[in-house]
Amino acid sequence: MSQKFISPYDHKAPAGAEGWKELYPYYMVFQENLKETEESKFFFCDSQHWPQVFKPFDAITVEFAVKCLGQYNTRQWLIPPANGIDFKIHNGYCYMSPVGVAPELIGDRVPQFMERAGHYFMNWESLLENWHVKVKGVIDEMEAVKFEKLPEVIDMEWVKNGVGLDPTYFMIQNYDKMIDLCYKTWQYHFEFLNLGYAAYLDFFGFCKETFPGIPDLSIAKMVQGVEVDLFRPDEELRKLSKLAIELKLSDTIINNTVEEALASLANTDAGKQWIAAWEAAKYPWFNFTTGNGFYSTDKYWIENLEIPFGYIQDYTKRLANGENIDRPTEAIAAERERITEEYRDSIPSEEAQAAFDGKLGLARVVFPYVENHNFYIEHWAMCVFWRKMRELSAVFVEAGFFNDVYDMFYFRREEIHQLLFDYGRGWAMGVPSIGPDYLPTEIARRKKIIDALSTAAPKPAFNEPPAVVTEPFTIMLWGITTDSVQGWLNSGETTNQLKGMAASPGKVEGIARVINSPEELGQLQLGEILVTRVTAPSWAPVFGKIKATVTDIGGMMSHAAIVCREYGLPAVTGTGSASTAIKTGDRIQVNGSTGEVVILEAA
Amino acid sequence: MKYTLFFNKSEPSDYQFLGGKGASLASMSVANMPVPVGFCITTHAYEHFLTKSGLKKEILELVSSIDFSQVDDLDKTSAKIREMFMKMDIPAEVQNQIKQSYEELCLLCNHQNNLPVAVRSSATAEDLPDASFAGQQDTYLWIVGENEVLEHVRKCWASLFTARAINYRKDQNIAEDELSMCVVIQKMVNARTAGVAMTLNPTNGDRSKIVIDSSWGLGEAVVSGEVTPDNFMVDKIMLEVIKSNIQNKHIEHIPDKENRRVLTREITDARATEPSINEAEIKELCRIAKIIEKHYKCPQDIEWAIDADLPEGHNFTLLQSRPETVWSQKKVDTSTIKTGMEGILNTLMNPISAKK
Repeated sequence: MSQKFISPYDHKAPAGAEGWKELYPYYMVFQENLKETEESKFFFCDSQHWPQVFKPFDAITVEFAVKCLGQYNTRQWLIPPANGIDFKIHNGYCYMSPVGVAPELIGDRVPQFMERAGHYFMNWESLLENWHVKVKGVIDEMEAVKFEKLPEVIDMEWVKNGVGLDPTYFMIQNYDKMIDLCYKTWQYHFEFLNLGYAAYLDFFGFCKETFPGIPDLSIAKMVQGVEVDLFRPDEELRKLSKLAIELKLSDTIINNTVEEALASLANTDAGKQWIAAWEAAKYPWFNFTTGNGFYSTDKYWIENLEIPFGYIQDYTKRLANGENIDRPTEAIAAERERITEEYRDSIPSEEAQAAFDGKLGLARVVFPYVENHNFYIEHWAMCVFWRKMRELSAVFVEAGFFNDVYDMFYFRREEIHQLLFDYGRGWAMGVPSIGPDYLPTEIARRKKIIDALSTAAPKPAFNEPPAVVTEPFTIMLWGITTDSVQGWLNSGETTNQLKGMAASPGKVEGIARVINSPEELGQLQLGEILVTRVTAPSWAPVFGKIKATVTDIGGMMSHAAIVCREYGLPAVTGTGSASTAIKTGDRIQVNGSTGEVVILEAA
Repeated sequence: MKYTLFFNKSEPSDYQFLGGKGASLASMSVANMPVPVGFCITTHAYEHFLTKSGLKKEILELVSSIDFSQVDDLDKTSAKIREMFMKMDIPAEVQNQIKQSYEELCLLCNHQNNLPVAVRSSATAEDLPDASFAGQQDTYLWIVGENEVLEHVRKCWASLFTARAINYRKDQNIAEDELSMCVVIQKMVNARTAGVAMTLNPTNGDRSKIVIDSSWGLGEAVVSGEVTPDNFMVDKIMLEVIKSNIQNKHIEHIPDKENRRVLTREITDARATEPSINEAEIKELCRIAKIIEKHYKCPQDIEWAIDADLPEGHNFTLLQSRPETVWSQKKVDTSTIKTGMEGILNTLMNPISAKK
């Protein structure tokens, strides 16, 4: 077991990326003088959540998320064997390192953990009800924030009311408030998640021990809910498509762009009725990203109506062809009950059956959170956050600081403060701000670095792996086990076979389509096999078109795996390298029951 | 009057006319357990034969005249009665129905009136000593053609009057005048693949699994341990193959129809290392195993075969099912199970991947 991954200190950045470390906070990069310490830790790449190189501002998501995950493990629940997760950004990608608790300290944490976590499990429903109130409150607060161009003169009302402050003061305050609310969002994100996974893991472990060899999928199916908020946006699109057929509007919908269609629909009563339904569906359900909420470049439906409208067109066409587009919810629910009952009946002792019931019961109580938080945080709250950040950037664009609203994200969050002061200072003194002259070169320099970093794929891991992976959240959230780490170490030879997780059963052959970003989803042809680094739940509507899915990254409960199973498509996740090993046009075989992918014929 | 009745067409009200074995096969067939296809020659046929031929009266008189203190006398009378059975013609209406049913069975199995069958007696429980005592003589294997069938039906009927059977009835005070017998005609299994299936994992007692051993040809090779069979572990609930182990199967047993025996043959071609059962067949086998287990309400040890004569989807044959005895009687140790917060704590402290 002397096999090791490369040290980050030996893993050089691609040419043209010189100076990349300055784009991120000092504490998030490997420091030269800490080489010995850092090389003693095992890091794995989290390209499941962060598959693309971070622009400086976007690193806020990994920073807040992973810090908040840690605070609950380390300081709130006192999870006996596990503290938080250390992380670093290296050559633009993020790498995680779980932090264990010293063996001699574990025992003392147990009573604390029992009381603290016990309280949440005992009061789950009422605490969760309050969580929804808190999160909705944060979203409302973010929605209320406005970023506007600084006025020529201070408003007369302010003068008369003796405010004694100027709009730059409030602009800076609003920026800080947005960062603060984003931070709060991520605190809430993890308030229930770690415990939810722990309860799930408890049932999972019980099943693995009672039914050795039980497919992961069986366990997921017993726990998963049928009505899930995460599926609501897609559900709304289906409803709108059905309404279009019902109101005989399918031609208008299918044959026009979203703008043309809405304009044309506004002329008829039936059309107005459809528009009313479309408007009603938007909030909150179109606060839904085609990405995963972690990047400023994520495209949200509500700002890109052509995306949901395109899906509605697809659904409407299928309906017009007489296809059934309904989710078979009754069949899903019946199957869930059948599976549960049959596994339960396989347990020969009443005590063990009672334990099964108890653990499954708790897993089912906590699991809706595990599934649904994703809509409220990554989709809804982050949609508002990114929209407001772009609103601020638009002000900078108007003030001549940037050419493009996306330019702002080439700056770290604390650098935005400087920009705000530069803008306010010029405005106050009556001189041009320095930014419009200074920034274009700097933005170009940073773009070049990010582009250079993006030319190289991340390494799967750094340094020496532990003999066994025991950290519970690493296993649960990232699907990283002793076996998968070994698999990464052994890969590298060219082969036409890939091995991943059997995420959704079934075996098919077909033509692969490699998708590198959500923008390319439109290229997918009917009956192709989707191959990608990682999928997002909002890709749901394309699953009606494809035959199977293969991803590089994904745990047993990754959002991607859940949606694949929902659509009854074979899926292999966590292959490590499918999106680079497989080329568009290759004929491949996907076996979602065994987790094997074979390239049968190269394009 | 129904003189013959196919297993899968019978109803519970018919069972009284099918004898013990016949009723059992009929009820299993109706419960969707794929026993080898066949039909019963009902007790009506036997009774009609006896009445119409006038044999009944004659036999009763002969039996009541036996001097049981003389072993010789019992043997002689028994032989005489059985000879009468073999000489007497079966009434045309009974014969025709048997011939017709045999023809139907041949057709069902794609054979031109030459399907090898087993002919077995099926007495009502009280009439004969139990199966083990009755011995093998009332089962005739590899019977081919309607004439052979008719001849062996008569042999079965006659077996009611072996010396041992007559003596047994006397000891048990069973009345001779209410005697009757059904005869079962079943297709001989022409196994392409055969093996055993257990509706639990015999290595750990896990009842959510079905474990299958499978090899080419008749099941003897697997049961006797002459070959290392292909081995599969299947999740019983999802019907998904979890583990498969394909072995080199160097021999197979196949029927030698002419000589009415089993032949051992070496497998020298690629077939030896090919799976003896495919995934769809595994699923079908497991589906059937679940039905059998549910029927008997406890884990089963099942002998099965895939019959080469029968069409896909209908080619599984259940040869025998016994209750599993080792794990079913074991007390389950539940002392290590932790529930509630204790369970969650235990899970966090001992993650599953560490136990591998």
